[in-house]
Amino acid sequence: MYRLQRDESDLAMMKAFEVSNEDFSSAGTASSKIKKILRQIGMDAGVIRRIAIATYEAEINVAIHSNGGHIEVYIKSDKVDIYVEDTGPGIADINLAMQKGYSTATKEIRELGFGAGMGLPNMEKCCDDFYIESVVDEYTAIKMTFNL
Amino acid sequence: MMVGEKMEKYWHSVILDNDYCNGCTNCLSRCPTQAIRVIDGKAKIMKERCIDCGECLKICHFHAKGTLSDGLEAIHQFKYKVAIPGISIYGQFPAEYDIEDVFQGIYKLGFDLVYDTAYAADVLTKFQNQLLKEPFIEKPIISTYCPAITRLIQIRYPSLIDNITRLESPMEVAARLVKKQLMEEKGLSFDEIGVFYISQCPATITSIKQPLGLEKSFIDGGISLESIYSKLLKIIVKGERLYPTVQKASGNGVGWGMVGGQSFGLDTEKYLAVDGIEEVIRVLDKMELGKLPEIDFFEGYACVTGCSGGVLNVENPFMAKARIRIKSAELPKYNPNLIDETIKREDLEWDVEMEPRSILKLDSDFKVALSKMSKLEELAQKLPGIDCGACGAPTCRALAEDIVMNRAAITDCLVLGKFNRRRQKKSKTEV
Repeated sequence: MYRLQRDESDLAMMKAFEVSNEDFSSAGTASSKIKKILRQIGMDAGVIRRIAIATYEAEINVAIHSNGGHIEVYIKSDKVDIYVEDTGPGIADINLAMQKGYSTATKEIRELGFGAGMGLPNMEKCCDDFYIESVVDEYTAIKMTFNL
Repeated sequence: MMVGEKMEKYWHSVILDNDYCNGCTNCLSRCPTQAIRVIDGKAKIMKERCIDCGECLKICHFHAKGTLSDGLEAIHQFKYKVAIPGISIYGQFPAEYDIEDVFQGIYKLGFDLVYDTAYAADVLTKFQNQLLKEPFIEKPIISTYCPAITRLIQIRYPSLIDNITRLESPMEVAARLVKKQLMEEKGLSFDEIGVFYISQCPATITSIKQPLGLEKSFIDGGISLESIYSKLLKIIVKGERLYPTVQKASGNGVGWGMVGGQSFGLDTEKYLAVDGIEEVIRVLDKMELGKLPEIDFFEGYACVTGCSGGVLNVENPFMAKARIRIKSAELPKYNPNLIDETIKREDLEWDVEMEPRSILKLDSDFKVALSKMSKLEELAQKLPGIDCGACGAPTCRALAEDIVMNRAAITDCLVLGKFNRRRQKKSKTEV
């Protein structure tokens, strides 16, 4: 379900990826597919790396915290917009969640090496424009923009 | 013959013999850079994509893939002939032979000097330890020892190029040290000295012809160990010492012949040693995402077990690795104070920068590339997605790419018609 308004002006290509909350071992596949596509388009290596990191963190977040969601990549001639939307518990205090080291991940997930509370801050750091909204017990939606 | 051959843009040691290739698809899916296509019933290597890892050589049942290397006769073009055997040679001969027996045997093939490449590894250990202590260095530092991995990074991980050590590999360091020494001690000119690497893999031979980070290699040719092995077995005499002693590396230097060997000599436990190109790719993916913050040093090898697994070696990789481990433990430990003090880090450094090779790009114009990408996506949806390889491309997506790049046509897909019919039939029965 779309939570955020899509900006389709100047759209050259759109790719959508489902992210499941159950299959933890396949988390990371969407971000690596995105990376491959951007590499074939010939985007700058630094931008590709930032997008790869941000989408990987997003994917892991959806897999850990939500009931499933999707990532959509809108490629334009001068920028890339990425929408990440899930259904699930949402985030009660977004300001707190944006702080480094804050995490609601369970002990089991931390033992797997995730849930260090760096996901959202990392995503914000990697992109040029970051927007997040959330409703508790409903959804979380993020838009990240990367200028080319 | 290879020495003196004219250079193409992309020179490769890995080659394909059409007479042996029967057009099967085994090598297609094995190639880590998707560089192989089967066209008109024969495999073809896309030169700009090949990193000479040798995976196709290992999988080919028909021995259609080979290695371009120098024959022993090439050494006679030089007044003074030097052999620098790859470090993994320490594990290639039965335990009854001392390694010095083997080195003495190599002299008898016609060389004036045999130089212990594992000593160059000791020299490198000293400077890699220095690098690790530098405060502003990009970590993890990535070793340049396996040229196939360095080329893989150049193609697939351009954002990791800054992490590469910029120190030469042991074979190049050995060549530099030995040429310098001979010019000083024997008054020979640079061109009179022919340095030949006794090689374990095609990637090193390619690096001699087309070095990374260097304008021109100090090595004059590459001879595969496989090609001289039986000759050597015949002329090695146990205990015979007719020539100057060669072995001078520490146990740590010798350890470079297997995965983990170079990390072992470093002053850090925060290292990661990975062998087998598929696993290396997985780790580099993680590294590119910044997911290995605790790692200071990375060594990766295309071959399982490291250089012991090189396709031009003779012994079983795991047995060779065990021998190297045993040999390494017997020899004295690495001592930085024993390294020749006159050797400076500048002597081992790259002299040209490595540029990313973005061969995966669909077009150099961003807008054109974008529209090609949309077409590629559309085609990829249409194709069956079973990656059978019958069209000659390794995956359906690779065929979609080939179609967009005008290298193939959609009619090359043998499954598509049948696949659609099957789907239609299924939907009819469902109704």
